Amino acid sequence: MSEMQAIADAVIAQARPGEQVEAFVSRDSETDIRVYEGEIEHFVSARSEGIGIRIIRDGRTGFAYAGTLDQQAVADVLAEARDNVEFGTPDEWAGLAEPDGVDVVAQELWSATLAEYSTDRKIELTKELERLTLAADGRVRIDDANYSDVASESAVATTTGIRRSGRENGCYVSASTLADDGDETQTGFGFSVGRSPDDFDLAKAAREAADRATRLLGATKPASKRLTVVLDPFVTAQFLGVISGTLNGEAVIKGRSLFRDRVGEAVASPQFTLVDDPTNPLAYTATELDGEGLAARRNVLIDGGTLLGFVHSSYSARRANTVSTANAVRGGFRGTPGVGCLALQLTPGARLQAELVADIDDGVLVQSVSGMHSGVNSISGDFSTGASGLLITDGQLGAPVREFTIASTLPRHDHERRLTRRASPTSSTNERFGHRTATEPE
Amino acid sequence: MIDHDVLTRVLGAAVRGGAEFAEVFAEDKRSTSAGLDDGRIEQVTSGRDRGAGIRVVKGDTTGFAHTADLSEAGLCVAAESAAAAASQGGGGTRVIELTRRAATDVNRVARYPDDVPKAEKVELLRRIDEAARAAGASIVQVSAGYGDSRRRILVANTDGVLAEDEQVRGLVRMSVVANGDAGMQTGFQSAGQTVGFEMFDTVDVEELARDAARQAITKLSARPAPSGSLPVVIKRGSGGVLFHEACGHGLEADLVAKGASVYRGKAGELVASPLVTLVDDGTMSTEWGAIGIDDEGHPSQYNVLIEEGVLTDYMWDYLRARKEGRRQSGNGRRQSYMHLPMVRMTNTYVLNGTEQPDDIVRATDHGVYVAKLGGGSVNTATGDFVFGMTEAYLIEHGEITEPLREGNLVGNGPQVLRDIDLLGNDFAMGNPGTCGKDGQGVPVGDGQPTLRVKAMTIGGTAT
Repeated sequence: MSEMQAIADAVIAQARPGEQVEAFVSRDSETDIRVYEGEIEHFVSARSEGIGIRIIRDGRTGFAYAGTLDQQAVADVLAEARDNVEFGTPDEWAGLAEPDGVDVVAQELWSATLAEYSTDRKIELTKELERLTLAADGRVRIDDANYSDVASESAVATTTGIRRSGRENGCYVSASTLADDGDETQTGFGFSVGRSPDDFDLAKAAREAADRATRLLGATKPASKRLTVVLDPFVTAQFLGVISGTLNGEAVIKGRSLFRDRVGEAVASPQFTLVDDPTNPLAYTATELDGEGLAARRNVLIDGGTLLGFVHSSYSARRANTVSTANAVRGGFRGTPGVGCLALQLTPGARLQAELVADIDDGVLVQSVSGMHSGVNSISGDFSTGASGLLITDGQLGAPVREFTIASTLPRHDHERRLTRRASPTSSTNERFGHRTATEPE
Repeated sequence: MIDHDVLTRVLGAAVRGGAEFAEVFAEDKRSTSAGLDDGRIEQVTSGRDRGAGIRVVKGDTTGFAHTADLSEAGLCVAAESAAAAASQGGGGTRVIELTRRAATDVNRVARYPDDVPKAEKVELLRRIDEAARAAGASIVQVSAGYGDSRRRILVANTDGVLAEDEQVRGLVRMSVVANGDAGMQTGFQSAGQTVGFEMFDTVDVEELARDAARQAITKLSARPAPSGSLPVVIKRGSGGVLFHEACGHGLEADLVAKGASVYRGKAGELVASPLVTLVDDGTMSTEWGAIGIDDEGHPSQYNVLIEEGVLTDYMWDYLRARKEGRRQSGNGRRQSYMHLPMVRMTNTYVLNGTEQPDDIVRATDHGVYVAKLGGGSVNTATGDFVFGMTEAYLIEHGEITEPLREGNLVGNGPQVLRDIDLLGNDFAMGNPGTCGKDGQGVPVGDGQPTLRVKAMTIGGTAT
């Protein structure tokens, strides 16, 4: 039994009659390396651990955490959580998850290669990425090149019978770039993610970091108009993050989603199929368990444009009179689980990006967006985001444009399905970008 | 928090490998938060974070390690791993004499949050819920949050600095949803101060709730925001975040040094309308970004960044100041003991001009009046920024007329600073903010008088 599991078990053994108790324990170690001009700018080696304890009694919830596993601190956290129960409003749906019999789809979440990777080679990789990026284009400067890895082990135990532990690790490299042309400067970035450094494609990360910075040199600000928009996969992933907020079961039961009364209706183009599938090993955020310790599973949310349902934790499911889709999301020991998608994927269509572009007389290929967090209202559906990209004229990619906005309204009425219609037909590019969103606890 | 002799020995261990600089940053933070949603107090949370981060600098390399174990043995393990991270050789011993430095006296706490019954904190949320729901029949949902923290920090370094500070903060925020024929709209309000629970003697939470409800109700009848380039009048206290993003970040010395700022090499030059004087002020009593010392032990300061349009200075942390051979400015901050410090803002604001705010609106024939800006982001290398307008109105023939639905404001920092053509005399600070940089969040404040930018891009949906 893991040390983490033993600590969690010991806490729930102290539950008093009438109490549901959950203990979540974790320990992380991470390495961060930043290289600048061939030298190490910083090297961070960090280890952190902690415990979060949730207690529910008579429908009231209390929670407390501490960033240590010191025995006395754990006892204090239990006492604080118990004290905090007094102040919650009774909620008939409050409760912990219960085992639901769904089997775990095993994932390779631990890489022995990464665990044994030497520090010197990590430093060398980071320097190599900086060199490759600089070599990719003479106009490019480096802001910084980074290597980062994290290994974490965690355990959860509840008085309702959930008892799980596991460990996972992962790593990435990234480069931030600047490109100059006369007085003008533009920025870019490139990255590569892997279970171990052996998965890195440094050349591709370097090329993207250089391309992203240089492609906007000489960009102008376009005039405002209605036109067809093609979203790069990286941008689409950011839009999916926004859409995932509207498919969140907790937002739905609290009346905060524009999709709340639309299950079974056509809400998007027939080509639009959206699946949350953390059991897909190709997803960077693939996982075995959700934040409450239930087996992660594949959930189809929009199928051929028809809204099939929402993602739920055990709480939102109980309140919506359904079952958990194993979409509880936990940010760590400092909070209780919220609800969110774990690995959202838009199913690819049949055509390449170039084929989509070739059909467009007057449009824009959006390569980056900014201000998504401030410019989207998932309740009203209005969105507006800063963007940059390339103009499309008569089927050809043309001049770079920046400092413009793309704005519309997410589907609310049948005649107003702008975003999802515009985003289709979906391109067949099949790159995956990690995506997790959650309703954070206060 | 840690004994003087222990600090001396730990710092000695950290530089034994020949490093030029070592620092111990210890932190003990207790926090309480509570959330209300859908008419229920969902949960009260108590948190405790306590530990130390040890930084060792050798040449241009910084090694960093942190530990939750504040015993001498635990600190020494972290010191040795930070030292190993920073260097592979050297040798020698150093004698370190620690001298206590005074913190800037920014405020006094009358009621520590730990001494306030939790029931009293939770009661604030109930009052917010009631006041917002009483504001109109169209109010369908209210969520509110309360948070407080008491953060004690200690900094000791091999330059002999020993400094301590206690930072106590309190915050409420609320979001109110109104439902109408054309769908749902939201309104937001918040208040946060660097002081004890006595802040609620003067902060009227019901008034904040009614204001959030009013925003949501007003927007029910809002029309789509225009798109294109228009004059924009920004209400006092609602647009300071624009200066934080549009030029504050570009004046951080770490970004300047790497050539990732449009303000590189511009000291002494006219970079803004001569109407603009921009200040970063960590000494501002009870404001959200106020601190006694920064997270490197330097007392907080009042720093003029732009004076009458001329760039006077950047903001500095220890490393950048050392490299340039100049004084720190009290801007070295970090999220927690688990993070490296870097150059960060505190309270950033534009000083008063001379215009009456009403005259600024009257002088505008056709434009947009922004009463509340949401979050935003900036690319410091280009100065391009984006902000959400969460409450805005049309200005027609010199008068504020119809409410507008949400949209983004897009612009370029240096251009906006030059395009400020009217500046009011009604300065106010804005809502409390959390500034994110390199994955770290720190509390910051901002403020400004009513002002006009002669043209900005508005990304609305009107066609």
